Amino acid sequence: MIYALLLVPFCAGVLAFIIRNDAARRRLLVSAAWLHAALTALCAADLLLGGSLSAALPGWAQGVSVWFAFDPLGMVFLCITSVLFLGASHYAVAYLASEKRDPGEDSDDGFIFNNAPEAVFTGCLLLFLAAMTAVTSSRHMGLLWASVEATTLLSAPLIYFHRTKRSLEATWKYLLICSVGIALALVGNLFLGAAALKNGAGLDIGGLMAGAAALDKPLLKAAFIFLFVGYGTKMGLSPFHTWLPDAHSEAPAVVSALLSGALLNCAFLGILRANAVCAGAGLADFTGGLLVLFGLFSVLTAALFMLGQRDYKRMLAYSSIEHMGILALGAGLGGGAAFGAILGAFSHSLAKAGLFFTSGLVLAAEKTKRIADVKGLRARAPRTAMLWLAGFFIITGTPPSGVFLAKFTILREALLRGHYWTAAAFLVFLAILFAGMARFFISMIYGTREPRPGEKPFAEPAGMLAPAAAFFILVVALGLYLPAWLNSLISSAAAGMGGAL
Amino acid sequence: MHTIAELIIVFIILLDLALAVTGSLSVCIRLVAAQGVVAGLLPLLASSEGPASRALVFAVVIILLKGAIFPWLLMRARDKSGAHKDVEPLITYPASIMLCLGAFIASSWLGSRLPLPKTEVAWIVPASLATIFTGFMLITTRSKAITQVLGYLVIENGIYIFGLALFVEQPMMVELAILLDVFVAVFVMGIAIFHISREFDHIDTAELSELSDWRRGEYGK
Repeated sequence: MIYALLLVPFCAGVLAFIIRNDAARRRLLVSAAWLHAALTALCAADLLLGGSLSAALPGWAQGVSVWFAFDPLGMVFLCITSVLFLGASHYAVAYLASEKRDPGEDSDDGFIFNNAPEAVFTGCLLLFLAAMTAVTSSRHMGLLWASVEATTLLSAPLIYFHRTKRSLEATWKYLLICSVGIALALVGNLFLGAAALKNGAGLDIGGLMAGAAALDKPLLKAAFIFLFVGYGTKMGLSPFHTWLPDAHSEAPAVVSALLSGALLNCAFLGILRANAVCAGAGLADFTGGLLVLFGLFSVLTAALFMLGQRDYKRMLAYSSIEHMGILALGAGLGGGAAFGAILGAFSHSLAKAGLFFTSGLVLAAEKTKRIADVKGLRARAPRTAMLWLAGFFIITGTPPSGVFLAKFTILREALLRGHYWTAAAFLVFLAILFAGMARFFISMIYGTREPRPGEKPFAEPAGMLAPAAAFFILVVALGLYLPAWLNSLISSAAAGMGGAL
Repeated sequence: MHTIAELIIVFIILLDLALAVTGSLSVCIRLVAAQGVVAGLLPLLASSEGPASRALVFAVVIILLKGAIFPWLLMRARDKSGAHKDVEPLITYPASIMLCLGAFIASSWLGSRLPLPKTEVAWIVPASLATIFTGFMLITTRSKAITQVLGYLVIENGIYIFGLALFVEQPMMVELAILLDVFVAVFVMGIAIFHISREFDHIDTAELSELSDWRRGEYGK
């Protein structure tokens, strides 16, 4: 089943490069996304039922492998990726259709740009999904590294879909900063291998976890630092985040949503794997301290940069940095906060993807990314404005939503453990973020709008509204009711990510 | 055999220093290729009873990739982008070589402090760390996009040697996956360089400065 999960997006991606008919290629994208989601659901059910589903399959279909297998932690991230990609595929189809009709015009630059060929875009999108699936299912740290690097390389052409100077600059920064960052994670892998030389565990995650107590401690610490900096660069933790606002603001909305909601989580998984090994070796205090420190620093950076934003997609990008900081904070605190971190990853991905989807509609309606130039969105695109407002309340953690629940769980855990200063700083930063974002969202939605000369009324495509609305409803539902199966999946994932207990 | 390996290590350090002072772009590309090739030879000398077939195959793949394909791709990117012959460093060459020497001294100190398994080849850990530092220096102090790719490749060479020093044996599949990634990285970066030269009429990355939070241009009004 795992091989099918990897092969479906891979083969569809290769096919997408070959198919010449636009309509057929778009159907392929959506059907591959549905098939991937269905297979993910099967694998998740199999995991929750303790393998009884796959045991019923004939031997050749079980596909047991030393390289790929699922544990609850990887499964949670696979579920997020798959759900997100499903929404993104529907959005992408509507988006590509509207781009074909009305090729982009960028009033910030004042020229009409071309788009990259749609076949390359769709193909890279599907291969990107295959690489992310490989990240979540890898059982070997070396393979995990190779898959993470593959996600960087496959998503670079996606960022450069709109062929403008600015998107090219963003692509270059993304490629170089992430590749060099990930190279540091490779050094971390080597240290990890050296730490395991004596007990011969290699870099196999299962072997490392089982023999964690016998690992060489100083080398393991060095390994964690390098892995943390390497994957932290990709995850967008401050101060290694510099590529993130550029790439998120210049990529098409659907790509920003996938980068923010799925890719950053995959990098986080790399850190969590290293964290789990360190916790097994009794280094939970050391790794937890680092995670809390950089987590808080990321939230602070996001809060400070939020105040002076002029571009609404960059604003969303800084909000992603904030949430990555919150995830790191939760993972570092451990215990109940680890549960909060996983829940936060789930809800942030859905909420942020919905917001990026909506930002694409705002861009289509107003043809600018400048906050100051968008006024009275309510009048021009009422349904988009409604989603924009809903997204604001959800992402800033207004109850009831999964985001609120996650932040609240982490805060409660910090107070329970007596980290009063951490909790206080966290609350202050969140308040700054709320105030900063509120100002922009309200000025964009309300106010009186002056119509531009020669402007046509804006028709809001239902195909682009629906995925965002569906994600928002899911996040709110997560805050109100957590199904028992999801609860047990998240709990076992939280138990598998290490951290102080 | 270890004398040859030690000679290679010395050669790699000398190549680092040469990279710091070379102004010509095409010579830089060749130096990086040479470094990749000699680093690829190292594992063949490691065992005294002759190389295993697996190591032999792997060394051939690495030498082909780093010695032939990468330089060819980069030379093509250089010609297509019409880049000038000079690497245009942001700091002077004497400053570059001082940085490189400083990095080597720091790496020797660090190499003696790290609690690593004992290596049979002298200086292999400091040489690998110095190579990684040189790569970072190339990325940060040279203004062209191509030199940044070269810096990335030098870092990769350094990490490769570091892996040899630590005896971390990764499975064949993982090693190949890593090589494939590096290959695709150079390929994608080459395409990006081509687009940069077409859009901007140059590949000077110091001019890639439009995206920032406090921008000077029209956003700064």
